[in-house]
Amino acid sequence: MSVAIVDYGSGNLHSAAKAFERAARESGHDQPIVVTSDPGQVARADRVVLPGVGAFADCRRGLDDIPGMIEALEQTVRQRGRPFFGICVGMQLMADVGREHGVTPGLGWIPGEVDRIAPSDPNLKIPHMGWNTLNMLKPHPLLTDIPLGPDGLHAYFVHSYELKAAQRSDLVAQANYGGPLTAIVGRDNMVGTQFHPEKSQKLGLKLIANFLKWAP
Amino acid sequence: MFKVRVIPCLDVKDGRVVKGVNFVNLRDAGDPVEAAIAYDAAGADELCFLDITASHEKRDTIYDVVTRTAEACFMPLTVGGGVRTVDDIRKLLTCGADKVSINTAAVDRRAFVKEAAEKFGDQCIVVAIDAKKVSKPGEKDRWEIFTFGGRKQTGIDAIEYAREVVSLGAGEILLTSMDRDGTKSGYDIPLTRAIADAIPVPVIASGGVGTLAHMVDGIRDGHATAVLAASIFHFGEHSVREAKVYMDKAGLPMRLDP
Repeated sequence: MSVAIVDYGSGNLHSAAKAFERAARESGHDQPIVVTSDPGQVARADRVVLPGVGAFADCRRGLDDIPGMIEALEQTVRQRGRPFFGICVGMQLMADVGREHGVTPGLGWIPGEVDRIAPSDPNLKIPHMGWNTLNMLKPHPLLTDIPLGPDGLHAYFVHSYELKAAQRSDLVAQANYGGPLTAIVGRDNMVGTQFHPEKSQKLGLKLIANFLKWAP
Repeated sequence: MFKVRVIPCLDVKDGRVVKGVNFVNLRDAGDPVEAAIAYDAAGADELCFLDITASHEKRDTIYDVVTRTAEACFMPLTVGGGVRTVDDIRKLLTCGADKVSINTAAVDRRAFVKEAAEKFGDQCIVVAIDAKKVSKPGEKDRWEIFTFGGRKQTGIDAIEYAREVVSLGAGEILLTSMDRDGTKSGYDIPLTRAIADAIPVPVIASGGVGTLAHMVDGIRDGHATAVLAASIFHFGEHSVREAKVYMDKAGLPMRLDP
């Protein structure tokens, strides 16, 4: 059993790795957490985590720059059906296309586009930066035992773009910021969060622990 | 619902926590990582380290502090102080910082903000603005950027500068009133409001917190989206949770997760 956190030059993998290690240890689902840029290791992993910080186009370029990485992801996640967790831009990359710094193709795993957020209240600042509650649209194993809704736990967001899913059935949870924002998407063995679970204290560690025992 | 952020700030020198009054008379107050863990447990919404290490040989101490903090705390961390190159930013982010705050380097060379934002994304580039009022009593309020801990006047208008760095890619502004810093007399509300209303990105109010009511003022009247404070928390006058409960009772949306 191993969890591969894909390292493609998109910063801050240290905190992600530490959060996964801690969640693994504390939840009793201890398994090796490997930060790797080796497509072979990704192809052999039992679970795959795709983090991502920065702009969509840069992140896509980072993935493309590692020979064989896109193929390894396709193989492990799409063909072998291993549980996949995209974080922030790693989640946005699941879409068909991103519109940050030009038009860039995504992985095409979740139909939809990544576009700039546009809160209805002009006084709301962009980026959407800080803590927000989550509204569940459909139950998901990753949300087990996590209090949600207006009185629930909070998740930490930092983003100016969101994944606008074409199919409502792919939306697991939203946050409200001058209108609904995509917070979690999920389809089959794939899940993605716009917020940073590795920075979301209790909610984040619980979500990661749920991912580590998820058997889709 | 989106919440207001309360951010304790730790001044770190040679790997240890200090807090000065108007940047003099520094006092040693412990291990930054332990303080970070305590703030994490107390419900801090983010943490800020300001590295004021002067000697070049000891500059690397901050990387160790950031690494150890990121291993222990799963909360957002901003690190500033002496950030001058893209490589400085890369190192801090690699150690586990989420955002990096740029101060003098942006005043000296605005293009640095653009280079940093293009490289790492707007969301992790905070520009720290140290401003002081320069208008005379009776004149229209005007603030300028000051560097060297408030000693050097630059002649740069604070509002124009804020607009400029945001247009270059700053994702957030950490605004410190050098008139108020260390005085415990409250944030400079007219300054905070003037900047917050002038730019589309979040503003963190800083400099001058003496009471919990000041923190409410910073959000409600200053239009900041986050408040930063140091000594009020650091010497145990109030806990972060007390501050957040107080702000919640004052009607502000606060994160009070157990």
